[in-house]
Amino acid sequence: MAAPSAVMSMSRLIKPFWGGRLGNTAKVFGASSAGHREKSTHKPPPAKYGGRHTVTLIPGDGIGPELLNHVREVFRFSCVPVDFEVVHVNSALETEEDINNAITAIRRNGVALKGNIETIHTMPPSVKSRNNLLRTSLDLFANVMHCQSLPGVQTRHKNIDIMIIRENTEGEYSSLEHESVSGVVESLKIITRNNSLRIADYAFRLARETGRSRVTAVHKANIMKLGDGLFLQCCREVASGYPDITFDSMIVDNTTMQLVSKPEQFDVMVMPNLYGNVVSNVCAGLVGGPGLVPGANYGTDYAVFETATRNTGKSIANKNVANPTAMLLASCMMLDHLQLNGYASLIRNAVLTTMNETRLHTADIGGQGTTSDVVQSVMRVIQSGGQLTTEL
Amino acid sequence: MAGGMWRSAILNLLRKWGLSINDKEITKAQEVSRVVGAMKTPQPKTFVRGIQTVTLIPGDGIGPEISAAVQKIFEAAKAPIQWEERNVTAIKGPGGKWMIPPDAKESMDRNLIGLKGPLKTPIAAGHPSMNLLLRKTFDLYANVRPCVSIEGYKTPYTNVDLVTIRENTEGEYSGIEHVIVDGVVQSIKLITEQASQRIAEYAFEYARNNQRASVTAVHKANIMRMSDGLFLRKCREAAEKHKDVKFTEMYLDTVCLNMVQDPTQFDVLVMPNLYGDILSDLCAGLIGGLGVTPSGNIGANGVAIFESVHGTAPDIAGKDMANPTALLLSAVMMLRHMGLHGHAKNIETACFATIHDKKVLTKDLGGNSKCSEFTQEICQRVQDMD
Repeated sequence: MAAPSAVMSMSRLIKPFWGGRLGNTAKVFGASSAGHREKSTHKPPPAKYGGRHTVTLIPGDGIGPELLNHVREVFRFSCVPVDFEVVHVNSALETEEDINNAITAIRRNGVALKGNIETIHTMPPSVKSRNNLLRTSLDLFANVMHCQSLPGVQTRHKNIDIMIIRENTEGEYSSLEHESVSGVVESLKIITRNNSLRIADYAFRLARETGRSRVTAVHKANIMKLGDGLFLQCCREVASGYPDITFDSMIVDNTTMQLVSKPEQFDVMVMPNLYGNVVSNVCAGLVGGPGLVPGANYGTDYAVFETATRNTGKSIANKNVANPTAMLLASCMMLDHLQLNGYASLIRNAVLTTMNETRLHTADIGGQGTTSDVVQSVMRVIQSGGQLTTEL
Repeated sequence: MAGGMWRSAILNLLRKWGLSINDKEITKAQEVSRVVGAMKTPQPKTFVRGIQTVTLIPGDGIGPEISAAVQKIFEAAKAPIQWEERNVTAIKGPGGKWMIPPDAKESMDRNLIGLKGPLKTPIAAGHPSMNLLLRKTFDLYANVRPCVSIEGYKTPYTNVDLVTIRENTEGEYSGIEHVIVDGVVQSIKLITEQASQRIAEYAFEYARNNQRASVTAVHKANIMRMSDGLFLRKCREAAEKHKDVKFTEMYLDTVCLNMVQDPTQFDVLVMPNLYGDILSDLCAGLIGGLGVTPSGNIGANGVAIFESVHGTAPDIAGKDMANPTALLLSAVMMLRHMGLHGHAKNIETACFATIHDKKVLTKDLGGNSKCSEFTQEICQRVQDMD
């Protein structure tokens, strides 16, 4: 059959710039390439009706709602065939009803775009972080973040191009704590073989798909011999199956030191949850700040897109100063995931043009533009490209 | 050697006073000074005839050469320090527990101040790392690392002036790990009220004693609600008692993000063990790496050990190529801790001026001079200052 092989070669041509998952070709082309599915497990059908996708939207707190409104504005303007199902999550509530609704909606639609939900830590410890609950319930095991130096942004270091893959469900974020004796609290960090193998495999596959040559595992196995030792061992095992990719490892404190002095040396980095938090924030800071980098959380069946550093931004909420770049680029990653690569490139190019050529910057990267200025500029660039748009 | 002259001077004094001493030929300076101490009228126990004795642990690899360099510079600066060298290797004590040699422990307990070079941790030697042993022996609960930009050693970050205070005994490094079932490992992070209180109190006292304006607690209480929550509560309580110092709380990821964009906004940072490890090395990277970063460990019972945190560099050991700056700056930190601010300032100024001049720099700082030449240059400057 020529059709499935044509499908496969087509997928190789459409190589997303920001590293989306290519393995979902089967999802879009449906029954015709049933024989070429990567996994034999049943994939839920895509939420696609009449040519339009439905995506769950969780506004969150702080700057989330306003930035996601801008995303909707840009999508509507560019006639992107995506409808949003908005689910609000109230972070002040102690019940889990809200977040369960959100999770059900994501299960239904398969894809989500979200802002960060605040965790008020004056509430009792039984009220867990909503973001964490979402990630663990949907088993979004891989957090992928691509940090690249942008030519239009002034930073201390140049030529940074790092892909960070962070284990997203276990490790220090297991939320298992107890106070066995008054005044002594124990918090458990769980590392499992399955999850470590899974994330290592994901990292190497992604490295291969995006043509990268080196994977570095970040750990602290000299101190946490069993936990991080297991993680490192799993990475080594997976590495032996990818001889074309160089594998090395680095201790996390040395890694942060190297990142602030010579970040150009890193290519792909894979690590457990907490170190991922530190390293991804350091890298985001190196390329210009939290307003620039999008992040994606991938599971086997679901994908949730958000800003990479997951900031709520309460202090700048509703002041029209937040940087919409990260959220817009995250929405482009989402469009890539939905195989709407044309629209993804369109919006991405417009955002990057505004960033690098027009140099319209918001306050966090040293400019004086407002959020709406940047969004208007993005829409103008889209329109000038000859694309069919609604009224400006 | 200065020690020998000292020894004979005291022996003569003792003979004059008609005191009997050990019949042994070699009278250990420690025994002698103990006798002298007992004779003296009560003085602050840190000073014996105006000279402070400090336990010096040269360490391995480049340790001995940089320790010698520091001793030379201190002599040139006429700092009132007498060095007592001890070696630290793990030995098995009664009951099978690993411990440091008793004479080292005894010297440290007596002098209360120590300066340590890098110690190597042999892999699979059967005993825990030497640093860990020292930490446990003297209950070194606070690791203090001031990170100040060195004028003359350019890094992409300028005007860095912050201090990281890291809880050094518990937290994620408690070493408690179990394999629950095959393929599932659990590591326990331990946070206790007592240790958190101790470190928080120390942080505020440090801020007060060193005229620092604010203390920031670094945590991840949104995820680790109970453990970091407890740490945070203790910090808040300590803040209440020290109202003159400003207190803020910040998430670990926000600190990392802001640190690489604008490190000048931070002053004193206090945090549990793991975050402290990562952040203190991050800050060391901002000013130029471990080769120029000083560090001090404060223990219960007034013990303080200052150390260089870089490795033993076995590849350049013995070749006169090592950079003594880290150990020297740690020794300067030690002088300040003892109240000898004048000497501290002189030595520090001499060191920074030498680096700023760029004429005699060791290889890691970008030059190609020898360690001895670098040391000599600093000695020269210090002497010129008098």
